[in-house]
Amino acid sequence: MKTIYILWLRQLKRYFRSKSRIIGSLAQPLLFLVSLGYGFGPVFQKAGQGNYIDFLAPGIIGMSIIFSSIFSGMEIIWDRQFGFLKETLVAPVSRLSIMIGRTLGGTTVALMQGVIVFLIAMVAGFHPYNFALLPLAILVMLLVAFLFTALGTMIASLLSDMQGFQLIMNFLIMPLFFLSGALFPLQGLPKAITTIASLDPLSYGVDAFRTLLTGVTHFGLGLDILVLSGVTLLFLVLGSYFFSKIQI
Amino acid sequence: MKIIEVKNLTKKFKDLIAVDNISFEVEKGEIFAFLGPNGAGKSTTIKMLTTLLQPTSGSIVLNNYDPLRNPDEVRHSFGIVFQDPSLDDELTAYENMDFHGILYDVPKKVRKDRIEHLLKLVELWDRRKSLVKEFSGGMKRRLEIARGLLHHPKVIFLDEPTLGLDPQTRNSTWNYLLELNKEEGTTIFFTTHYMEEAERVAQRVAIIDHGRIIATGTSEELKASSHSNSLEEAFLALTGKGIREEEGTNLDRMRQRRKLFRH
Repeated sequence: MKTIYILWLRQLKRYFRSKSRIIGSLAQPLLFLVSLGYGFGPVFQKAGQGNYIDFLAPGIIGMSIIFSSIFSGMEIIWDRQFGFLKETLVAPVSRLSIMIGRTLGGTTVALMQGVIVFLIAMVAGFHPYNFALLPLAILVMLLVAFLFTALGTMIASLLSDMQGFQLIMNFLIMPLFFLSGALFPLQGLPKAITTIASLDPLSYGVDAFRTLLTGVTHFGLGLDILVLSGVTLLFLVLGSYFFSKIQI
Repeated sequence: MKIIEVKNLTKKFKDLIAVDNISFEVEKGEIFAFLGPNGAGKSTTIKMLTTLLQPTSGSIVLNNYDPLRNPDEVRHSFGIVFQDPSLDDELTAYENMDFHGILYDVPKKVRKDRIEHLLKLVELWDRRKSLVKEFSGGMKRRLEIARGLLHHPKVIFLDEPTLGLDPQTRNSTWNYLLELNKEEGTTIFFTTHYMEEAERVAQRVAIIDHGRIIATGTSEELKASSHSNSLEEAFLALTGKGIREEEGTNLDRMRQRRKLFRH
């Protein structure tokens, strides 16, 4: 228990101390929100889909969470390269508690990023339709953050250096984001895209945010939460397994 | 009494036998030097002794425990200073110590006292609130040594502890370690490329080359058996003068890249 706490605390301390990382990771969602939000706003409106900022904001929250949490999970690679991982692995504590502590730390960091982006979106003109559902939306953000941090941990346990990072970025994180329906509605698309989107866990995360924040749903909140919980559990089990197999 | 007993230890990687059927023993309270050229198998052996790698075959007993069956007991028994730094740069010196203490379950009150004592000993108490990334190489080494001792280990492993240190720091580091050895009876197991250092401090020496132990004994015994005047000569006589090639590792490349990333 103490192990989990101290590893969680470490992630948070590192986060608050790297101001450049906080600012850097907020710049990208902000750019997407402003350029796409205002840029496509009139077209979206004319197509009869309503306010694009309202549609886009939950997607951008999803984006900031997926990026932040996968990166946090993958910090293991840095720790491995710069030695700190050895310090935790020779300590008399279980690998599982190390993995859980780190994952919870990354989750908390990603959740904070998500909440900050939510606030920025409000400044940019986003209006949640029902503030009473906000706590529930934050809970779902927590779940999504947990899911992708566990995925990051899993990937990081399999990679021994940063060489594969670009590959993961371009072939995993980017597709997960762009094909999740974060930027466009999933209705009326070619079958192939809808199928891929329905296999992407982030689609369910974004859909859940959209349901809770704007009242529009694609899959339905029940299915969203069911899928997110199931996939989180799967990634946690796989992540712990691969983490326990790390040899230095 | 033996604190480390290694029997027929072997470690194979895909097409390489890193450690080839080695056996040795270390007495409790002994200062033991484990010497060898680059790539001889020193670090691999230490990784197996410290539960980081699983042996392919052979047995290890450390402080009466088997690293495979009782890893946590073994982990409580040793402290380690790795060849590469293993501190968290983004934490302060004190936080690094405290983190270690919590992982090793040292009670809060004891932890506080020991951290103060150890940081004063390695002369870092005044810098306890500084982030480790502001430290020089020597300061990081001293902090790692202090950290490795925080849970009062029976054995401390030092993998090239004085690499890159200036003579002053090297000297004071050894003075401190020798004092600890005398007062607490802590067994010291170290590797080094400085032969005069090994000759001066080690009570017994083992030389490993190509994964095999080719000699063990006191410096005097090794010098006598190879008709040499110094341990360095004896070492060269035993291992030959050919220069060992080691491949550039990913770590070297990463270090380069990290410099670019620093803000």
